[in-house]
Amino acid sequence: MNQLFAVLIDGIVYASWLFIIAVGLTLIYGVMKILNIAHGSLYALGAFTAVSFCSAWFNHNYAAAGSFAMLAAAAVVVGLIFGPLIERGLLRFMYGKDEVVLVLVTYALFLILEDVIKLVWGVDPLLVQGPNGETPYSVLGNFEASGLSYPYYNLVLVGVAVATGAALTWVLTRTRNGKLLIAVIHDREMSAAMGIDVGRTYFVTFTVGAMLAAVGGALTAPTVSVVTGMGAEVIVMAFAVVVIGGLGSLPGAALGAFIVGMVRAASIHYKPELELFSVYLVMAVVLIVRPKGLFSGAEVRKI
Amino acid sequence: MKIGTVLRGCVAITAALGISLAAQAQDKKTSIKVGFVTFLSGPAAGPFGVPAKVAAEAIVESLNAGKAPPPYQTKGIGGLPIEMVIIDEAGGATKQVSEYRTLVQRQDVDVVIGYIGSGDCLAVAPVAEELKKLTVLLDCGTPRVFEDASYKYVFRTRPHATMDAVAATMYLLDNRPAVKRVSGINQNYAYGQDSWNDFEATIKTLKPAVEIISSQMPKFGAGQYGAEISALISSAPDVIHSSLWGGDLEAFMLQAQPRDLFKSSQLVLVAGEPYLHRLPGKIPDGTIVGARGTNGVFAPDSPFKRWLVEIYKAKANLDPNYPAYSTAQAFLGLKAAYEKAMRDKISSAIPMGAAKNVKEEMEKAYSPPNQEEIIAAFEKLTFDSPSGKVKMTLGKGHQAVMGTAYGTTRFENGVVKVGNIKYYDAERVTPPEGVTSLDWIKSGFKRP
Repeated sequence: MNQLFAVLIDGIVYASWLFIIAVGLTLIYGVMKILNIAHGSLYALGAFTAVSFCSAWFNHNYAAAGSFAMLAAAAVVVGLIFGPLIERGLLRFMYGKDEVVLVLVTYALFLILEDVIKLVWGVDPLLVQGPNGETPYSVLGNFEASGLSYPYYNLVLVGVAVATGAALTWVLTRTRNGKLLIAVIHDREMSAAMGIDVGRTYFVTFTVGAMLAAVGGALTAPTVSVVTGMGAEVIVMAFAVVVIGGLGSLPGAALGAFIVGMVRAASIHYKPELELFSVYLVMAVVLIVRPKGLFSGAEVRKI
Repeated sequence: MKIGTVLRGCVAITAALGISLAAQAQDKKTSIKVGFVTFLSGPAAGPFGVPAKVAAEAIVESLNAGKAPPPYQTKGIGGLPIEMVIIDEAGGATKQVSEYRTLVQRQDVDVVIGYIGSGDCLAVAPVAEELKKLTVLLDCGTPRVFEDASYKYVFRTRPHATMDAVAATMYLLDNRPAVKRVSGINQNYAYGQDSWNDFEATIKTLKPAVEIISSQMPKFGAGQYGAEISALISSAPDVIHSSLWGGDLEAFMLQAQPRDLFKSSQLVLVAGEPYLHRLPGKIPDGTIVGARGTNGVFAPDSPFKRWLVEIYKAKANLDPNYPAYSTAQAFLGLKAAYEKAMRDKISSAIPMGAAKNVKEEMEKAYSPPNQEEIIAAFEKLTFDSPSGKVKMTLGKGHQAVMGTAYGTTRFENGVVKVGNIKYYDAERVTPPEGVTSLDWIKSGFKRP
């Protein structure tokens, strides 16, 4: 029973992390029909920027608790700089092209950004940690659950994931801009004819998506050593989640993340040798039963 | 090294054809061109690739200036300066094979030194054989290179990874004979699997009563270890074996330390040495660490160790870690083999009173050795390195063996110190020729 509870907690924590990194990907695909491979780079940029901001914070000997503000700031800065830069500077010239072309374009961008990261931050692994080894991860302390101790930081991940999902759902279903967005998703040309500023919609969507990737990176940074190439690892998992849920579907990303999180946690606790295999088994089963993912629904409406 | 008879033949033909290549082919070698392959990007760059590159640059500079301790005091290699081309090992085995071909066929290097990843070594070795190019494997650990195949042109100047797991187990059982329950966390790829299999087999052979609870195999580069850590805490093993390295090891330590995993379980880090200075305070006291050989803190004092520490520190302001020692072994091994080939030629060619063709014979004897002659000298060679004597005795004289060492960490005044160091002779921890590692362990470490 205790172990089942541990599986549940581990699964939810991992699912939250997956949801945060996958939701931006599915949002951008849902609205713009761009499978944004550069999502992985934006994630990495968020992580590297978080390292720089937090190091500066710790170097001033400010209180460690404030490093959370630095993580948030890193995500916002990366989103606001790279989102507009990529959308205005590159992607807007590509709209209307084939989806495959856009995959190649964002893949090229991914390679370029990986090298930009190497040029700026070097190849040494970096750690988010203060002079006495304190990190945002450990500074909050631990809580006990079913005999295991978990850092409160895990609850921060869960909180951010739930808040992100709720905020996006609210914006999409309850606000005017959300309704305009859904109109654009349904039919771009008709929406434009009706006077909706499609360019602006795309611009905002991509910036938000980029920011979500950076949030994922910034929140991951304190728990790992930040190394070049970390974006490539993440993009694979994010794709798996998004494909299981149905490309472009918000509830799909949430359910996909939940399923992958649970299956992975269960296999680690009960049958560790199947861990790597289990995630892709789920993916294969889902795709056999529903080739377009769990929440693909009718072709026209994606989000 | 391209002055083999074949090339001479080609020269003759080209000259006969009246093509101006003849001038270029005048076989006066002016330098030895080394292709050096190491991780310059990706997760293996920071802890392994870049230290190897820094070491290579420092070593080449020092050798070219003739400043290495004797018997390595001749300038460069055999008097010829070393010229180095550095290539990034990132990108996987397929990419490395094509990079290797480029190095050999376009860059026209005389020898390739490199490869840290086991997958890269396994992929490149057969291609080296096909292209007939002397290749010295630098730091990869998999025993399969010479256990599953036999090569003429490929050498590995560092011992293979079996001894890491075998010696780790022996050290553990020596120091903690009461150990009952063990688990492992290793990356799910060649090296992680090999390391765990060797450890598991050794412990089952030496102490069958020990219970193996679980073997966690997270994906390479997984990054998130929350569930693995929960599973390890709840099964509470006495000892956790891990060959994690790079970003994965650091992420695991960062996530496990605050959750008190190491209060109940002792950690064995097979490849932990490069992290001692990176994770002060994060490596719990009492962790068993190794450096995959007598490298770094385990290296016995010698003029060679002092030389490497000095030239490495001058470049990186840090003590060299084990990939730096592996690099020194590769360069010094090549130099020793080349210079031995020169001496062999001279001693076998001196005409004992034969007055005929003295001039030609002497010229031939003093010309630089060709690749075949270097290989003949390299096989079964014994040479000195910063980590001790290296003996090329396995793999028909192509695979080095050395002893190894393990120690236990303690955190003192902000630095991680390694104490209670024990050394293990090569014969105790390395399988004999012709027996694969796993068979040897399962046979109860039998030697003929």
